[in-house]
Amino acid sequence: MLKEKDKIFKNLYGFEDWKLEGAKKRGIWSNTKELIKMGSDKIVEEIKNSQLRGRGGAGFPAGLKWSFMPKDSGKDHYLVVNADESEPGTCKDREIMRNDPHLLLEGCLVAAFAMHAHTCYIYIRGEYYSESSNLQKAIDEAYENNLIGKNACGTGWDFDIYLHRGAGAYICGEETALLESLEGKKGQPRLKPPFPAGAGLYGCPTTVTNVETIAVSPTILRRGSKWFANLGSTNNTGTKIFSISGHVNNPCNVEEEMGIPLKDLIEKHAGGVIGGWKNLLAVIPGGASVPLLPKSICDTVKMDFDSLKEVQSGLGTAAVIVMNKSTDIVEAIARLSHFYKHESCGQCTPCREGTGWMYRMMEKMIHGNVEYQDIDKILDVTKQIEGHTICALGDAAAWPIQGLFRHFRPEIEKRIQERNRRVA
Amino acid sequence: MHHPGTNNKVYKKINDNFEWSSENFKKISEIINKYPSNRIQSAVIPLLDLAQRQNNGWLSKNSMEKVAETLSMSYIRVLEVATFYSMFNLEPIGKNFVQICRTTPCWLRGSDKLSKVAQEVCETNIGETSDDEIFTVVEVECLGACCNAPMVQINDDYYEDLDEESFKKILQDLKDNKSIKVGSQIGRKSSQPERKFDA
Repeated sequence: MLKEKDKIFKNLYGFEDWKLEGAKKRGIWSNTKELIKMGSDKIVEEIKNSQLRGRGGAGFPAGLKWSFMPKDSGKDHYLVVNADESEPGTCKDREIMRNDPHLLLEGCLVAAFAMHAHTCYIYIRGEYYSESSNLQKAIDEAYENNLIGKNACGTGWDFDIYLHRGAGAYICGEETALLESLEGKKGQPRLKPPFPAGAGLYGCPTTVTNVETIAVSPTILRRGSKWFANLGSTNNTGTKIFSISGHVNNPCNVEEEMGIPLKDLIEKHAGGVIGGWKNLLAVIPGGASVPLLPKSICDTVKMDFDSLKEVQSGLGTAAVIVMNKSTDIVEAIARLSHFYKHESCGQCTPCREGTGWMYRMMEKMIHGNVEYQDIDKILDVTKQIEGHTICALGDAAAWPIQGLFRHFRPEIEKRIQERNRRVA
Repeated sequence: MHHPGTNNKVYKKINDNFEWSSENFKKISEIINKYPSNRIQSAVIPLLDLAQRQNNGWLSKNSMEKVAETLSMSYIRVLEVATFYSMFNLEPIGKNFVQICRTTPCWLRGSDKLSKVAQEVCETNIGETSDDEIFTVVEVECLGACCNAPMVQINDDYYEDLDEESFKKILQDLKDNKSIKVGSQIGRKSSQPERKFDA
């Protein structure tokens, strides 16, 4: 288990003061000037050495992403923090923003300095109203105390942070859709290239990063990349906030070491599966988009990017959705299909038409109202959507269904059989 | 499933006039100043939000035209944004906008029961407004509070860790104009592990 002294998020549950005074007691903003003095190259180097991977779902190496920002483009540079947390199962950034907002703000300054940006926008999902008021208050406090603004922290670096509330669109968590939305348009993803580091917000070099990635970076710089890299395993380093929801006795957010066995995570932190481990049916280990895992895999799998990839799933946002044997597994996935149908932005035909078709098909499958060959048909359709759309929403809609049939095909065949018997 | 925010039609019946209140008018320049001076279109979402708050929780044609005028945008660009995002309601809603999360994590913990309770207490169907216009009840997709499932958003606030009984009480209290407790209904802080149920 992660030792108390290695925790980055010391006020995850909000037992302590989230305002500036409390934040300072936890060491936030204590020597930010010295961190900045390391210089942007050294900061990026340290983040690279820590092997920090993006916490928003894709797991792209953070240091590498930061290094894509040009040094002297002659344009304004932007840091955009992706706080549009809408992946079903995920509620970690919310806790950071309402209970420890200064951790994020300090990270913004350090990261923006490393990528030569004077301006940062935090794009928070519109539904997070009280979270955005806490964050705005923290921003105001930081301005009043010269931690950000002109000559931020006395470093000579001018730095502004603006909070921008979204208005309810899952797709705006996709980085280019988020930029479109921030520019005042419909949130429809852009074709890449050009990548945001070349032409992002207002056509200027931009980096879009998840809240958690930004929030952990000052601590990494303070305690050194070696400390961070020593937690977890190679390529899957550090700590991570896991959101455990569904059929567990104590659903919770918890910060743990990367690579903790899934079983330990659920039993030690979430009070175990309702009805005991034997009662476990399946787990979605990384938010709605990743394929589910049956109990046999859950028994032993470790929670990190590479281990979960090996079992044809993914760490995603580390949102663990637990389902016990009382669950109608087909309806659970059908509900996710409904989610993707609802959230498809409508730009690419395979996704716009496919998500609706898949949802209608999944609804029928709940009651076995399909033919046997329809199973192969729906799998074929998922393959036709996957990889044929501008953004990854198409893939995300396809994977849960593929995961369901990979592990629970007999269950649906049984339902078809039962229906046929009823009809006959 | 009907939802005033996913409606793509402009509500025709009411043709009220919309002018910014003096308080909101002051806020506008504050909002616009967040963005580069040649990029004020960025303020369209915050301004639509402001207009919706002033207009009892929904956007009339006049209010959207006002936003377009304020930002020197064409009306169709504003309408495009208002129809795309689900938080912009294009038809009138009741005093309490009850949004019940229906996505898998909440469903696993019993969101279906909450929908039933809401229909009973509010005396309306999902997607509709009650006759007394006190409630509009809708089912929505994931609201991002999954460790506190099942949960419901009423106007700006989240009500978490609900069960049939506590949700019934919340709705009844709203009906009776009593004050209600925001956040977790079982008294836990944020999403801390709840030790009470330890086996």
